[in-house]
Amino acid sequence: MIQTLTHLPHPREDGATLASHFTDLAPPLNARQAQLEASRCLYCYDAPCVNACPSEIDIPSFIRNIHTENVQGAAQKILSANILGGSCARVCPTEILCQQACVRNNAEECAPVLIGLLQRYAIDNAHFSEHPFQRAASTGKRIAVVGAGPAGLACAHRAALHGHDVVIFEAREKAGGLNEYGIAKYKLVDDFAQKELDFLLQIGGIEVRHGQRLGDNLTLSELHQQFDSVFLGLGLAASKQLGLPFEDAPGLLAATDYIRELRQADDLTQLPLADRCIVLGAGNTAIDMAVQMARLGARDVNLVYRRGLADMGATHHEQDIAKANQVRLLTWAQPDEVLLDDQGRVRGMRFARTRLENGRLLPTGETFELAADAIFKAIGQGFDNDALHDPLAQQLHRVGERIFVDEQLRTSIPGVYAGGDCVSLGQDLTVQAVQHGKRAAEAMHAQLMLTVEAA
Amino acid sequence: MADLSIVFAGIKAPNPFWLASAPPTDKAYNVVRAFEAGWGGVVWKTLGEDPAAVNVSSRYSAHYGANREVLGINNIELITDRSLEINLREITQVKKDWPDRALIVSLMVPCVEASWKSILPLVEATGCDGIELNFGCPHGMPERGMGAAVGQVPEYVEQVTRWCKTYCSLPVIVKLTPNITDIRVAARAAYRGGADAVSLINTINSITSVDLERMVALPVVGTQSTHGGYCGSAVKPIALNMVAEIARDPQTNGLPICGIGGIGTWRDAAEFVALGCGAVQVCTAAMLHGFRIVEEMKDGLSRWMDSQGHANLQAFSGRAVGNTTDWKYLDINYQVIAKIDQAACIGCGRCHIACEDTSHQAIASLKQADGTHLYEVIDDECVGCNLCQITCPVAGCIEMVPIDNGKPFLNWTQDPRNPYREAV
Ligand SMILES: Cc1cc2nc3c(=O)[nH]c(=O)nc-3n(C[C@H](O)[C@H](O)[C@H](O)COP(=O)(O)OP(=O)(O)OC[C@H]3O[C@@H](n4cnc5c(N)ncnc54)[C@H](O)[C@@H]3O)c2cc1C
Ligand SMILES: Cc1cc2nc3c(=O)[nH]c(=O)nc-3n(C[C@H](O)[C@H](O)[C@H](O)COP(=O)(O)O)c2cc1C
Ligand code: SF4
Ligand code: SF4
Ligand code: SF4
Repeated sequence: MIQTLTHLPHPREDGATLASHFTDLAPPLNARQAQLEASRCLYCYDAPCVNACPSEIDIPSFIRNIHTENVQGAAQKILSANILGGSCARVCPTEILCQQACVRNNAEECAPVLIGLLQRYAIDNAHFSEHPFQRAASTGKRIAVVGAGPAGLACAHRAALHGHDVVIFEAREKAGGLNEYGIAKYKLVDDFAQKELDFLLQIGGIEVRHGQRLGDNLTLSELHQQFDSVFLGLGLAASKQLGLPFEDAPGLLAATDYIRELRQADDLTQLPLADRCIVLGAGNTAIDMAVQMARLGARDVNLVYRRGLADMGATHHEQDIAKANQVRLLTWAQPDEVLLDDQGRVRGMRFARTRLENGRLLPTGETFELAADAIFKAIGQGFDNDALHDPLAQQLHRVGERIFVDEQLRTSIPGVYAGGDCVSLGQDLTVQAVQHGKRAAEAMHAQLMLTVEAA
Repeated sequence: MADLSIVFAGIKAPNPFWLASAPPTDKAYNVVRAFEAGWGGVVWKTLGEDPAAVNVSSRYSAHYGANREVLGINNIELITDRSLEINLREITQVKKDWPDRALIVSLMVPCVEASWKSILPLVEATGCDGIELNFGCPHGMPERGMGAAVGQVPEYVEQVTRWCKTYCSLPVIVKLTPNITDIRVAARAAYRGGADAVSLINTINSITSVDLERMVALPVVGTQSTHGGYCGSAVKPIALNMVAEIARDPQTNGLPICGIGGIGTWRDAAEFVALGCGAVQVCTAAMLHGFRIVEEMKDGLSRWMDSQGHANLQAFSGRAVGNTTDWKYLDINYQVIAKIDQAACIGCGRCHIACEDTSHQAIASLKQADGTHLYEVIDDECVGCNLCQITCPVAGCIEMVPIDNGKPFLNWTQDPRNPYREAV
């Protein structure tokens, strides 16, 4: 139970009803729907959708495979570019990626091909009797991967495929990273992250060690000595702070902490319910938090953002989901003061109205208060600096707080690679993390094989 | 409003849309429903001598498009499987009830004079408007010396036509089989035999697909299959060509043609008329959608005719025939070049890869800063084959623009590059 919310009541609905609010937000396609949708694909050449997919899946090819009743071929095509193609099909914001670029999303056309749902259809219906990829002969090289999130897992799979031996060091009890602990429950249902993990590990040659935290019981210097290459896929483990007094008061917490609890809960009826709540932020995490609380039965969910709707990081699609779940979107207001009751617990928040003046965000001087049983911060994830405090780790070049990498995902330390949310490159998306992991593994492999040849 | 009524080979009908001899015209029940729906005429399902034919179960199969739209149907049905007497009785009644509609009776009996001599008076007694000779059925009947077996032998076509003209006073329409190399040979034979008109095409020998699990072609009868007759929109191009071949053949000049094969819309019908038809027949489209389609066909045709100022069908019938010629008479100096409307282009790259891999490398793919591609025609490389325009998913996006190259009309018979050119 989340310590800071123990004073709150539980959801009113029974377990089965609650669970029904957290089934697939976008239900899967059946065979007929998949056929119909696949037939809409124009099989473009140099397809814009592929260009817009961070993991470079050959979309026209896999869709043509679906359409010609070769679902396994479709799935293998997807997985060969993106081993987490199943979760990406579910969590990718396709409206700003492949489907945004689809030529059928043109004003001359009706609507984009539903690439994400077709991808899910292929993966879910492939039913491989054995792992579809075979490991190359062992190279004898050993690779350390820190973090078993999408970046680390993709790196491990690709490295194992090339015949290297991989050890993953993961701080938490379960692997999967935010697929396991962070993604909105209704996007990734039914323990999918663990099923996908099992599938991925079938390649062989990957050992996962849990309870191994870099900066705690593990140092980069050791790893660098003991392994031929190291990959850092640490994600962004810390949540950003408001910088206001009473930030530790009961009732105020990071949205990601609550979501983690929600995703791990076997019994949703035991979760704390904030009937009136405030979510601070403007990204997809903020929307996820607000919508999930609404689905648990909260009657008064306010998402507050200091700028306008157009500036929000959350896509239109996400904003629509929020609206459909009766989440109120309040804009041009920034936190001013956490309001506490006599027992020192959150009772609401005072906001200062804002406006833009010459591109600068300024308070108008006007304030208002919102009553709330809990406040969830979703104002961004930050780097957990404890992870990188050993002498070698401190040498890593950084861009802001993130680890600097070049296009090949190489850090400033030879033999050390990094990818996913913890690096300076690309967007913070599952699919981007997968691509980083995959590309880093390719870069490591090329480098390691060079030294093999030279030897 | 344009006048859709016609007189075809002496047969009057309120509109040129007739149902072809097939299941839609199998019996009074269907034909009455068709007339109620507004069809201008029907060709009754082919009659034969008793005992009536017997059909197998599992009779049709289809060739599908990408989205399961039916491109063509294949059937292994025979002529009517009902007795001659019942059919004649029903025909008599229907004609009496629907005097303004064209009712033509299709016939197929053995290729002996006595057979035709005995059936023709019975048919004429029904009061029907004409007869159609089924020389086209490609399956089942040829094995019995009828249908396509007759249609493929010009002498038989001519002979049977003559018997019909001798033993009956009704207009005789000869229905041609497309399962033959030169359709004109059969048309000429019919013409010589005294036919009042030809109709075409009947179905084309076909196998639509194979069940790869059971390793048997479709339609499956038990564990076996057989070839059938192909029809539906996929056969329209073949039918149009055969119609045009006859329409521009001087030897059958003036012979009325009834167009059949893949007609499903007013536009299809108008195209057949433009290539010389005086009426059209429809089978598959009605089988797929029901009789109601005639409503849109009539409406669309008359509105189009109004827009063109055509008062009636004669006004444009055969208008495209004169522009259909042999390859050697085409202008070898005529030149078109593809032009892409960048505002309409959705950037699918199909034109580029089609031209790049299989044509003349005349469409450049220019990578843009945002990772998308711009497609541009390289005028000097384009031979004007039309492939890009065909593969482009956006209608009207690629235009084939005629180029004024200053060269005069020159056909191949006159071209200096032709070693066999005709002396000027
Ligand atoms: C609430 C939320 C919702 C999101 N929703 C979406 C979405 O719908 N679609 C989308 O595409 N993206 C979404 N994202 C972003 C996406 O989850 C991330 O971009 C992606 O998970 C990044 O993968 P990663 O492997 O870099 O990091 P993570 O998934 O964060 O994985 C990092 C792993 O490293 C481990 N780790 C961290 N520090 C250490 C250490 N010191 N030692 C050892 N192990 C360590 C962690 O336990 C974890 O397993 C969401 C993010 C959040 C926070
Ligand atoms: C099931 C079926 C049965 C047919 N039976 C006959 C027939 O008995 N006599 C005949 O002259 N044509 C027959 N035909 C051919 C049609 O009359 C017509 O010539 C052919 O289907 C092409 O036209 P369509 O493309 O509009 O279908 C048959 C066609 C089908 C599909
Ligand atoms: S852009 Fe759209 S239509 Fe073209 S290949 Fe991709 S999914 Fe298919
Ligand atoms: S259409 Fe279907 S239901 Fe009707 S006779 Fe044929 S197979 Fe039977
Ligand atoms: S085929 Fe048509 S739409 Fe596609 S790129 Fe070429 S011109 Fe553009």
